[in-house]
Amino acid sequence: MAAELELAGFTNQSEQELGGRWGMVIDQDLCTGCQACVAACSMENNVPFVGEVDAAYGRTMHWIRIERLWDSMDYPNVKMTSFQPLLCQQCHNAPCEPVCPVYAAVHSMSEDLNLQVYNRCVGTRYCANNCPYQVRVFNWRDYTDARIHPELTTLQNQLNPDVTVRRRGVMEKCTFCIQRIHKAEDKAKSEGREVRDGEFTTACAQACPANAITFGRLDDPESEVNKTVAANPSRDNHLLEELSTLPRITYLAGGV
Amino acid sequence: MATYARPLAQPQPHAEEHEDPREHLMHDPRPRGEMNAMIMESMHVTSWKFWMVTGILTLIVITCVGYAWYYMIMQGLGVAGVNRPVFWGIFLVNVVFWIGISHAGTFISAILRVLKVESRRPFTRAAELMTTFGLVQAGFSVFMHMGRVWLSYWLFPIPNERRIWPDFHSPLMWDFMAITTYLLCSTMYLFLPLIPDLAMARDRTEGGWRKTFYSILSLGFRGTEGEWKNLTTAMNIFAFAIIPVMFSVHTIVSWDFAMAQRPGWSSTVFGPYFVIGALHSGMAAVAIVLFLLRSTMKNYKYFIRPEHFDTMGRLMLMVSMAWAYFYFNDYLVPWYGGGKWEKLIQEFTEKGPLAPLWYTMLICNIAVPWLILWNKNWRRTPWLLAITGLLINVGMWLERYIIIPEGLTINRMPFTWRLYVPHVEIALTIGLFALFMLLYMLASRLIPLVPVWEVQEGQEAHIIRKIGKAEVSTLSDLE
Repeated sequence: MAAELELAGFTNQSEQELGGRWGMVIDQDLCTGCQACVAACSMENNVPFVGEVDAAYGRTMHWIRIERLWDSMDYPNVKMTSFQPLLCQQCHNAPCEPVCPVYAAVHSMSEDLNLQVYNRCVGTRYCANNCPYQVRVFNWRDYTDARIHPELTTLQNQLNPDVTVRRRGVMEKCTFCIQRIHKAEDKAKSEGREVRDGEFTTACAQACPANAITFGRLDDPESEVNKTVAANPSRDNHLLEELSTLPRITYLAGGV
Repeated sequence: MATYARPLAQPQPHAEEHEDPREHLMHDPRPRGEMNAMIMESMHVTSWKFWMVTGILTLIVITCVGYAWYYMIMQGLGVAGVNRPVFWGIFLVNVVFWIGISHAGTFISAILRVLKVESRRPFTRAAELMTTFGLVQAGFSVFMHMGRVWLSYWLFPIPNERRIWPDFHSPLMWDFMAITTYLLCSTMYLFLPLIPDLAMARDRTEGGWRKTFYSILSLGFRGTEGEWKNLTTAMNIFAFAIIPVMFSVHTIVSWDFAMAQRPGWSSTVFGPYFVIGALHSGMAAVAIVLFLLRSTMKNYKYFIRPEHFDTMGRLMLMVSMAWAYFYFNDYLVPWYGGGKWEKLIQEFTEKGPLAPLWYTMLICNIAVPWLILWNKNWRRTPWLLAITGLLINVGMWLERYIIIPEGLTINRMPFTWRLYVPHVEIALTIGLFALFMLLYMLASRLIPLVPVWEVQEGQEAHIIRKIGKAEVSTLSDLE
C-alpha cells in the first residue's frame, strides 16, 4: 500500500543519497574487542597519549574506541552486548558540519568525507556537542609538545610524517586515514587509472586480527564492502539511523 | 413630623491602604538645583568603605579573571572541568546567564518608557547600565570558552587573503552577530538619555579631568529646544526599535541549543522560554542593584523608594509566573511524548546525583517569588526584595547549569556518559561577578545613575488635584 502511494513526486530522499565513495563494514560477530584497531589508529594518526588522570576523566583522544556495554546490571545475570568499535561515521548529512562558525568542519565533495581542518579550528566545540555518535575528540592540553613533556622527546620519532600533530584547543576526529586515500589516489592517477578496491586500507582495518573491519569503495558494486553487506542481508544496520545522518559505516549486528 | 436628614455613610479608608501621595517621588518634588546638587554629591562623596570594596574587587578580578584565564590559555582547557561528553561547561552557563541579566535593563527601560509607566523614571539608567556591563561579562565568557582564543578574530567577518568568511550557517555566528548588535544598540540607548545629565554634570564641575570627561561626552548639549526635540526623537526610535532586537537576541542565544541535534536541547519552545528566563533573572538583578544603590549611595533614598521596589516586585511576580508556564511547557511535552532520550534526561535531572540542583531551581524560581511577592508590604521592603532577587538569580543560574552541562551528560551513546566537575571555571565565574560589580562601582562615581532630568520632567507633569474630598494624582500629557 505504502509503496503505491505517491504524493506529488515526493520520494524518500535519504534512500537515494545512500551512495558515497568510501565506506566501512564492521562485523560485530567477529570483533573480539582486542583494541588492536585503537592502537593502530593512534600510531597511524599521531593520536596523543593523554595520561591516566585525563583518560579517567573522559578525555581519551582515540579516534576509534571499542564500546562495551551491558544489557543488564543485575549481578548474576550480567549479559554483555557485542563489542562495538565506534569511529567517525563519515555522515553524508553530518550534524557537526553546519554548526562550525569558522568552516573547520567541512564536507569533502570529491571523497564524500567529513574533514576537520585543524589550523582553522578555534575550539568552540559545537561540532562535538552536535555529533550524535560522540566520536569527536578535543585537545584539552598540549599533549604532544616535547617542551612540556620531556619524556616525549624520543617518542616523537615514531610520529607519522604524513599526518600533522595537533596542538591544544583543536578538535579532531577519524579521517578514514585520508593520507592513505590520497597516496593511493596519487599512485592511481600517475598510472592513469581509478583506485582499485582493496588497493589500500585504513589502519584499523589493517590491524584487525579477526578481519572484523572491512574498508573499501561504496560506489563499486563488486567491492568487498558491498559484497560483505550483501552476504549478511538481515544483519546490516546503521547507528542512530532515525537521525538520517546517512553514515558511511555499516554494522553487522552480532549475536543474530 | 420632623424629618431628619441622615448623612450618607462616609467610606472609611482602611488605614493600611491609605497612602500619602507624597510618598511617591513624582509628588515629592524638590527644586531642580537642589536635586542636581544631590546627584553631584553622590558621585563625589566616597568613603573609605568604597575604596576598600573597590580594592578587594580589583584583587579578585586580577587573580580570578586575569591570572586564572592566563593560566587556562597557556595550559589549554584541560585545567577546566570540561570533558567528553560535557564539551560545554560553566562558560556557556555564564554566557547565557549574563546575557539574561543584560536583558532586563533594556526591557525595563524600553518597554516601560514606551508604555509610559511613570515609576520607571528614577531607575531606568541603573537598569540600562546593567545591560551594557552584563554584555561585557557575556563577551568575556564567550572568549574564555574558546579553545584557541588567540584566534577569536576569525569569528569576525574580516576580509582576508584566504577569502574565508565566517560560516553563517552556524548558530554561534548568529549569536555572535546578535550580541554585537545588542551591545552597540544598548550602549547607544544608554548614552542618549545620559547626554542631558552629562551636560548637567559638566556645568556643575569646576575644571579638572572630570570637566574634560563630561565636556567630551555631553557632545556640547546646551538644552535648546531643537536639541531636546532631536534627543526625544532619537530616544523614541531607539526605545521602540530595541525591543524586537532584545527579543531576537535571546531567542538566538537559545538557538545555540535548540538548533543542535540533541535530546533535551532540540525544543521549539526554547526561544520564548529563554527570553522569559532572561527577564526573570534580569528583573531580579535590577532589584538587587536598586537595593545596593539605595543603601550605599548618598542621597539615593530620596530617588529610589519603596514604590519602585513595589513596581519591581510586581514585575518579578508576573515574570516568575510566565517562566513557570514556559518551563511547564518545556517539561510536559517531552514527558508526555515519551521520547526515549528526553525521558532519560528528565529522569537524570530529577533522580540523578544532581537532583538537588533541580529542586533548588524550582524553589528559587517559583516558590520563593510566589510566596513573597504577593504581599504588598513585603514587596515594599527593599532588603527582602533584594534577597528574593538573589535567590531568583541562583535559581536561574542553576536552570542554565541544568540545561547545559547536566543536559550534556546524557547523550545517545551511553558509553560516553560522564559527570562534569568544574575546576578553574569556578574562579573565572567569581571573577566575572567581581568584574561586574567593579565596573558598576566605578561607573557610579562617573555618571549619574539616576536620570535626573527624567525625574524632574515627571515631577513637573504630576499634580495632585482635589476632586470633592478625594486627592487625585493627575498627569499632564508630556509629549
